[in-house]
Amino acid sequence: MKPGWFEETRDGDRLVLAAVGAWTIDAAGPLDAALRRLSADGLSAARIDLGGIEALDTAGAWLLVRTGRVLAEAGVEVTIGGAAPRHAQIFDRVVEVGPPPPLPPARRATAVDAVARLGKQVVDAVRQGRDLLAFFGAVVVTALRVLVHPGRIRFVSFVHHLEQAGLNALPIVGLVAFLIGVVVAYQGVDQFRRFGVQIFTVNLLGISVLRELGILITAILVAGRSGSAYTAQIGTMQVNEEVDAMRTLGLDPIELLVLPRILALIVALPLLTFFADIMAVFGGGVMSMMLIDLTVPRFLRQLQEAVGLWTFWVGIIKAPVFAFLIGMVGCFEGLRVRGSAESLGQLTTRSVVESIFLVIVFDALFSILFSRLGI
Amino acid sequence: MAEAPTEAGEPVISIRGLRTRFGRQVVHDGLDLDVLPGEILGVAGGSGSGKSVLLRTILGLNRPAAGTIAVLGQDIGRLSEAGWRRLEEHWGVLFQGGALFSSLTVAQNVELPFKEKTDLPPGLIAELARLKIEMVGLPADAAAKYPAQLSGGMRKRAGIARALALDPEILFLDEPTSGLDPIGAAEVDELVRGLQQSLGLTVFMVTHDLDSLRAICDRVAVLVDKRIKVGTMAQMLRDDHPWIHAYFHGPRGRAALAG
Repeated sequence: MKPGWFEETRDGDRLVLAAVGAWTIDAAGPLDAALRRLSADGLSAARIDLGGIEALDTAGAWLLVRTGRVLAEAGVEVTIGGAAPRHAQIFDRVVEVGPPPPLPPARRATAVDAVARLGKQVVDAVRQGRDLLAFFGAVVVTALRVLVHPGRIRFVSFVHHLEQAGLNALPIVGLVAFLIGVVVAYQGVDQFRRFGVQIFTVNLLGISVLRELGILITAILVAGRSGSAYTAQIGTMQVNEEVDAMRTLGLDPIELLVLPRILALIVALPLLTFFADIMAVFGGGVMSMMLIDLTVPRFLRQLQEAVGLWTFWVGIIKAPVFAFLIGMVGCFEGLRVRGSAESLGQLTTRSVVESIFLVIVFDALFSILFSRLGI
Repeated sequence: MAEAPTEAGEPVISIRGLRTRFGRQVVHDGLDLDVLPGEILGVAGGSGSGKSVLLRTILGLNRPAAGTIAVLGQDIGRLSEAGWRRLEEHWGVLFQGGALFSSLTVAQNVELPFKEKTDLPPGLIAELARLKIEMVGLPADAAAKYPAQLSGGMRKRAGIARALALDPEILFLDEPTSGLDPIGAAEVDELVRGLQQSLGLTVFMVTHDLDSLRAICDRVAVLVDKRIKVGTMAQMLRDDHPWIHAYFHGPRGRAALAG
């Protein structure tokens, strides 16, 4: 079968267009270009003859129909005919659906659009903040209600999430903390050596890890690991209408889904932070002992002089607050999932970014608070 | 591509001795089936009888444990990568939920096969995509919408438009009327019938819907006992297999056939 083509015969103001070969999608590219070049100048009548067509599909039929329409619009009297019965059906079907409606004119973006978008984003952010605050209130109220009836605490669920978010996070938190300790010690030795006070590396390590790095690294890891998991779990339940089913059964999703998760994080994060502190100091200690001439007792004595009890508590006190933020944002975004799987993905990403952002904002607030308190 | 390269009468799809299983569970065992050119074959069967598995196996999404499947005269078990790609251009598939790409508009969904498989100019692609959207009876403003903004029936139509994009010879439909109201389901039935007649398609339709089987299918294949029984509607009604009898002569079956 030859690819589709057409023979053009002009006789004065009359045109005969004889289509031959296979008018299928494979030949549509060249045919489209050739038919677009066809000019209606000086024509009063045209006949499109389909008799020589060996194969026809909708793409080929469309090209013929379109050519007929373009000529007709230019004032040419068009007749189309000669199709074999097996081709007539497709052809008629394409004629039947009529001309495609004109495309809506594309609007060009203007400066006003940019301002409007900025405004919309600000309003959305404020709304989001308001909703989060409302959710915070709902969680607190539910927590108080459950506190009055402790039998309603979902103990099994709590323990399950404690294992997921706490126990299972130990290896990764430990490894990352150890490496952070190594990095801090390495950088500290490098700088302090210039002044001949390499020993202060231990002070730097102890204070920075216990006050800030231990809790921050742990909180960020947990936000990425457990906060996102909370959003994905609750979001999937939203997509499956499980949360709606819960409501119709008279069960409170906040009590069943949100509280055990947040509580598990509040218990797990301080413990993980403690573990991270130890691993980071251990990593830094190993590194500094390798780089400078330092014995274990000397390291421990220097550490004891450098850090007080409050240095440790400053880090740990923040952990339950961060845990609450991460858990709350994770569950909040999960409950906001609507319908599609796409929104689930978007909100999971958002939940991680938002909870890390809030953790760092609250860390800054804590710094101000502690400096005011003189700790 | 509307013209099948096969001779009239030679089956478009031919399955011999098909055996599929998942782990220890055998779904099909010694299944034979021929799909003839230009027919609408309705595949029915109970839940879990392996209707969709059969469809997926023909499409190469599941590997059979034994048996041969020939599509357009080519054994799909022995096709090369390039052979598969050529064969895939000869069929269009509508998955149960429409399976439209959620990040693309309806028009972009229909344009995608053109962009990936042909080297047509963008202007012609847009025209052909709009033609397909019109052909399946979607309103003009649906073209610019995202799948999430469409109703179930519109999503199925859009799925059919995408399946028809490259003018395939075979159209596979997985439960095209499920989840639609009776009016929408009847419209989809009519659409499939109309397209099949005007474009000369062969349609392989998995369905639960007795109304669809009665209204538009030339032949009915029923999956029972891990095999398939094929016949016209009239033959199926006389069949005395207990499940087939229960299916067509149960209260719903009688109601659908009386209509």
